[in-house]
Amino acid sequence: MTAQLVVTRRMVDHPADSHSIDRYEATGGYAQAKRAVGMTRDELVETVKASGLLGRGGAAFSAGLKWSFLAPARPAYLVVNADESEPGTFKDRQLLERDPHQLVDGMVITSVANEVHHAFIYVRGEYAKPARRVQAAVNEAYARGYLGTGIFGSDFDLEVTVHLGGGAYICGEETALINSLEGRRGEPRLKPPYFPAAKGLYMLPTIVNNVETVSNLPHILEMGADRYAGLAHETDTGTFLMSLSGHVNKPGNYELAHGMTWRELIYDVGGGIPDGKELKAWIPGGASAPWFVPEHLDLEITKDATDAAGSMLGSGAVIVMDETTCMVKAAERIIRFFSHESCGQCTPCREGTTWLEMILRRIEEGQGRTVDLDLAIGVSDGISIDLAWPPKMTTICPLGPSAVSPIKALKDYFRDEVQAHVDAGGCPL
Amino acid sequence: MSIWSGETQIRAKEIIARYPERRSAVMPLLYLAMAEQGHLSEEGMEEVAEWVDLTPAQVHSVASFYTMYKRERTGKYLVSCCTSISCMLLGGDEVLHALEDESGVPHGETDADGLLSVEHVECIGACGGAVAVQVNYELIEGVTPEKARELVQWLKKAQPAAVNTDEMQELFGGVRSFDWAIRDEDGAVGPYPAFQPLGTNKSVGHS
Repeated sequence: MTAQLVVTRRMVDHPADSHSIDRYEATGGYAQAKRAVGMTRDELVETVKASGLLGRGGAAFSAGLKWSFLAPARPAYLVVNADESEPGTFKDRQLLERDPHQLVDGMVITSVANEVHHAFIYVRGEYAKPARRVQAAVNEAYARGYLGTGIFGSDFDLEVTVHLGGGAYICGEETALINSLEGRRGEPRLKPPYFPAAKGLYMLPTIVNNVETVSNLPHILEMGADRYAGLAHETDTGTFLMSLSGHVNKPGNYELAHGMTWRELIYDVGGGIPDGKELKAWIPGGASAPWFVPEHLDLEITKDATDAAGSMLGSGAVIVMDETTCMVKAAERIIRFFSHESCGQCTPCREGTTWLEMILRRIEEGQGRTVDLDLAIGVSDGISIDLAWPPKMTTICPLGPSAVSPIKALKDYFRDEVQAHVDAGGCPL
Repeated sequence: MSIWSGETQIRAKEIIARYPERRSAVMPLLYLAMAEQGHLSEEGMEEVAEWVDLTPAQVHSVASFYTMYKRERTGKYLVSCCTSISCMLLGGDEVLHALEDESGVPHGETDADGLLSVEHVECIGACGGAVAVQVNYELIEGVTPEKARELVQWLKKAQPAAVNTDEMQELFGGVRSFDWAIRDEDGAVGPYPAFQPLGTNKSVGHS
């Protein structure tokens, strides 16, 4: 199924200048922000609810519902989460670099809907060029009176600050991001009581939305909630950016309507696996997601079907691994990531990910014992009880419980390969 | 008395004015402190503490949480190689070894001249352009071990005043995550991100 391009349309049609304000306005840009300034909070919230837009940062929570939870205290803040760091994910980077005004347009809409007069874009520190592009777009919008005092000639004021992170995955978690933006260590806060919609930035009501989520808003207003929802089939709505990487012939970002199968995504859209090799496994929704294996190839790529099969579409990052890939090494690399990125507040995550990394490394390096996989499963059980999906929480945030997804894959599909490492005294691949 | 130049002090004031609360300026001010001294020193953190009304210990606790605040002496060029899952699958470890071997600098260290630092990093959002390498956070996608060696030789020989992502991509890059389409004129002048006010393009300021 070929999707109608929505958030990537302009960069495909106008590659040379899709980032400029002139091109943006010439292709209908800022018309919806201008219209939104004359709309009420209720109208905007109801439109976004009806569109079925789900948060695109990974949690897939209804964006309209999130807005509706905003507590009445003021001032309220908007923080756009551009701290894209989930391994395998690079979609927001493309939106930031190639169509930054689309994001600013969506931020105006979000700010009007939520009575926000100061919004922030929190860009991960390593995204220097995307941050420059967004700052340039913000400057252009100020110059034309679309940001600042009395935007679009109305009495609505909106300041936008672009903030650069410092290199910490956990700041993609919304309460950690808020702590970071307050000038603190990026440690997640307990929910309750610190739901951003009630006690967010500076303990005031705060909306935290992902770049792709916000970038969809001008289109939802333009085409109407029903038409937007109808872009996808069955239970899903709109389009969805997927980042394809690893062992595929055509890696990249693809804007899709849900509903194709994984086989179509990997072999048609992604051009198959290099050198005609066989598929061994793939990760369907970022490094936090439980892995899929060839028996899942004909599942449809919908939120419900992916959830029902025990994984998630998450951030839309699909990481493909061919038959030559060592599953122990792949698992070690993902768990090393979570161990490095654990903020250290909660014991199960801080200690558990560290031990898992060491156990996997010794298996890969030839010092593994037959009991080690079960030991790793036991440690994982301490972070994520029964390795259930969605995880049962033992920690403040989902980082730790997500980190055991590779262990679950070794347990469910690759037990023999782990044992072969032990028997061979090292990696047999 | 500030240890910072007059220009940096003006920038610090501008940054603080962008936030509703002073403390929120800690992170951008830490980058300013790095730009002043090439890395984040104790006195740099004390200076930031003065500007945002925190104690040096509070600033230290923030700085130590994030990987990009380099509290050790760092080379003029910080070369970061991604070895997370997608880059590992396509040879990230081999690219890192090539960088280490060609430069003589093991990852996590800096050469005696203070020219090059090499590090391996977790995912930098360039997975479709594996293997990804950054020099002072300016990205190169699709790097091979051979190109990594050429990059090290180039940095040592040319010693560019600023490193530019498009120039390095042309010289040393390959497969990209997506079509970059438009050239970027900015460049990084030290081991911190080239983002206003730290970069070569002075037009990228705040209105």
